[in-house]
Amino acid sequence: MKYLDEYRDADLTRKLLAELQKTITRPWTLMEVCGGQTHSIIKSGLDRMLPAEITLVHGPGCPVCVTPLEQVDKAIALAARPDVIFTSYGDMLRVPGSTHDLLAVKAAGGDVRIVYSPLDAVKIARDNPGKTVVFFAIGFETTAPANAMAVLQAKARGLTNFTVLVSHVTVPAAIAALMDSPNVQVDGFLAAGHVCTVMGFREYEPLVEKYKIPIVVTGFEPVDLLHGILKCVRQLETGTHTVENAYERSVSREGNQPAQAVIRKVFEMTDRAWRGIGVIPMSGYHLRQEFATFDAELRFPEVQAIETKESPLCISGLVLQGRKKPGECPAFGKECTPQSPLGATMVSSEGTCAAYYRYGRYSLPSPLGEGPGVRSDER
Amino acid sequence: MKDKPNLLGWTCPRPLQNYPTIVMGHGAGGRMMADLIEHLFAPAFDNQWLRQMGDSTAIDLSSIVHRPSFGQLAFTTDSFVVSPLFFPGGNIGELAVYGTVNDLAMRGAKPLYLSAGFILEEGLPMETLGNVVTAMAAACRKAGVKIATGDTKVVQRGHGDGLYINTSGLGVIPAGVDIGPANALPGDVVLASGTMGDHGIAIMSVREGLTFETEIKSDSAPLHGLVEAMMAAGQGGQRKGGLRPPLQNPIHCLRDATRGGLAAVLNELAGSSKVGIEFDERKVPIRPEVNAACEMLGFDPLSIANEGKLVAIMPEEMAEKILAAMRSHEYGKDAAIIGRVVAEHPGMVTAKTAIGGMRVVDVPAGELLPRIC
Amino acid sequence: MCLGIPARVIELYEANGMKMARVDFGGAIKEACMEYLAEVKVGDYTIVHVGFGLSILDEQEALETLELLRQIEARGEEGTAA
Repeated sequence: MKYLDEYRDADLTRKLLAELQKTITRPWTLMEVCGGQTHSIIKSGLDRMLPAEITLVHGPGCPVCVTPLEQVDKAIALAARPDVIFTSYGDMLRVPGSTHDLLAVKAAGGDVRIVYSPLDAVKIARDNPGKTVVFFAIGFETTAPANAMAVLQAKARGLTNFTVLVSHVTVPAAIAALMDSPNVQVDGFLAAGHVCTVMGFREYEPLVEKYKIPIVVTGFEPVDLLHGILKCVRQLETGTHTVENAYERSVSREGNQPAQAVIRKVFEMTDRAWRGIGVIPMSGYHLRQEFATFDAELRFPEVQAIETKESPLCISGLVLQGRKKPGECPAFGKECTPQSPLGATMVSSEGTCAAYYRYGRYSLPSPLGEGPGVRSDER
Repeated sequence: MKDKPNLLGWTCPRPLQNYPTIVMGHGAGGRMMADLIEHLFAPAFDNQWLRQMGDSTAIDLSSIVHRPSFGQLAFTTDSFVVSPLFFPGGNIGELAVYGTVNDLAMRGAKPLYLSAGFILEEGLPMETLGNVVTAMAAACRKAGVKIATGDTKVVQRGHGDGLYINTSGLGVIPAGVDIGPANALPGDVVLASGTMGDHGIAIMSVREGLTFETEIKSDSAPLHGLVEAMMAAGQGGQRKGGLRPPLQNPIHCLRDATRGGLAAVLNELAGSSKVGIEFDERKVPIRPEVNAACEMLGFDPLSIANEGKLVAIMPEEMAEKILAAMRSHEYGKDAAIIGRVVAEHPGMVTAKTAIGGMRVVDVPAGELLPRIC
Repeated sequence: MCLGIPARVIELYEANGMKMARVDFGGAIKEACMEYLAEVKVGDYTIVHVGFGLSILDEQEALETLELLRQIEARGEEGTAA
């Protein structure tokens, strides 16, 4: 496939790794803030091929994982209503709420439907005038233009039965919060290539100024990731800290301005709670006042008083901040597996714990209890 | 569920024309059910055993079991609940026959007799049922099996998703053939019989409104002919006529890669045989369109169901010969050696990735969710 | 959120007041909204995320970058040979 295969080339990968090995002289810790990048790194086995001096830490880059527990519980409550058709991206269906998940609601008879695009949810609303459609609008800035367009479409077509349960999060504030945290030790960031496709990378310039760390906009395929890592390491080795673009074919400094305009039209910035991390000021979107009729939380006010309960075993918050690796969690692979997840990071296929479990099995004994399992530190 | 008018040439016979859809009476054991059997099932599946119309069918196996070539009986059952009932490249009727035929073939058995149990939902259009049954009859002829007994039930509207079918199958395993999931040995070679992921993506394409430049069709097919060719090749040539006992068992394991796909099958085999399996991602045959659909939907092609593909594990010295035999067969044209069995990490399957890295290939977790993030 | 896949635009049309396209993901064809890509033409490659085109892939940029990366490897090899 064009624009994919070239960036999965084994030869180019090998040679970039060699260059990286030649360039690096000291240990560096890099964080990537995008679940898609985490997934790609581990699925391709790239993390086991990097020079030992590089520690790759996975940040809170999975919007499924950081969706606050309250929002998940609200979603579950809404989906259980007989007058609601609950629509969502597939990843959210198995995220554990306080007591169960959306899939369980579906199994009990709730009308829960996976959609590929938010426009599909609008269509469902149009086709089912007797029910109210709730669309679970989660995501980073990448998904906001699509979710916003769905609201505008519903408005343009005079649909009164289309609502959104919003839980958008934005990246720059999260990077700032992580850098402000005394517990997080990161030397450089790989910025999410598709978030930046929409937003550009101007917003990261104040961050490199303030925190004196390199931020490199990076794509998703192995060659793209190595390109981003190489640029980042070169900066670190030479003591520079700027915003660089290693995904030029898709990202420009200004980003996609029509998309940004529509985001601004429908959403405004707000404080958001990130599951496992806490409230980060001005780190998310909610609907502007004039679109209040599309807000599921206002349409169904009873969901606002929901009591939440996190699993005491789950340390996904620490994993999302890069402070712990999944293998360091006592429940990893035992009480907590993709089949029976305790936290969102094990559910979402982009979640760090899920990625490690599916592709890495770090430090796990062989499933039959005989012989060594496959270990991450064997290089 | 779309009704395809008469695409299999079935015309509704007179008594059944009074009922454009299935009603509760068709399962009640009385006149209506008798009409359904007499005018639909019996003519479609007609054979000497079915004509007995007894509560059970008596089958004289003495001529088979007394041959020196007779090893064991193979017996299996499977239920089919696919939705939609008709999809590109297949339908529930075909699956119901080939699925059970393949379960028998995976033990090296020659499939002989099937049972067919139907659970019909009140309201199922008669024409749909007619088309499914016609497809099943055609599949039986192609696979060389007879439906020797059957059953019909009707459930109320809303309780059945249209139509469910259960088939059980009887087959004969030749003497000296021992093919089973626990037989893999370190040093063995792992083969796949063709392109992976076609069936699941064909179904998904109907559900998700995907179209393809070259239409993706289900690979639904009966594999016992392929297995026979493989077993014969393992002994150095085709045998004509009856089966003589093989001198050695050329094939250790066979598994059809249905739900859960290649990833599930390899993990099952690794677990049952208590061995590790290592394969090369780039060697797994996958159609470019299937790959593209998987990229787009966020699926792993290795975890997607197939209905006409098998995985085989055999001693290394057999592989080239058997591979050649597979490639000469209608259902093995794209067969490939994809990996090997190792003593390390028993129960675990690993793969070399496109960039030369390594990843663990786990059993797919539950229902496939299209990935967005 | 990240699952953005390159797709080639094979047809452009209007539906529901929005600019839409049929796009080809290397053999799998689906519909996508092109409201955010005013200048997109048939034959362009775009990144499509949840049914929306978000950027037009710049082929020139892509080729230049790949060339640059390949030159790194050439230098790398000279370096080790020295």
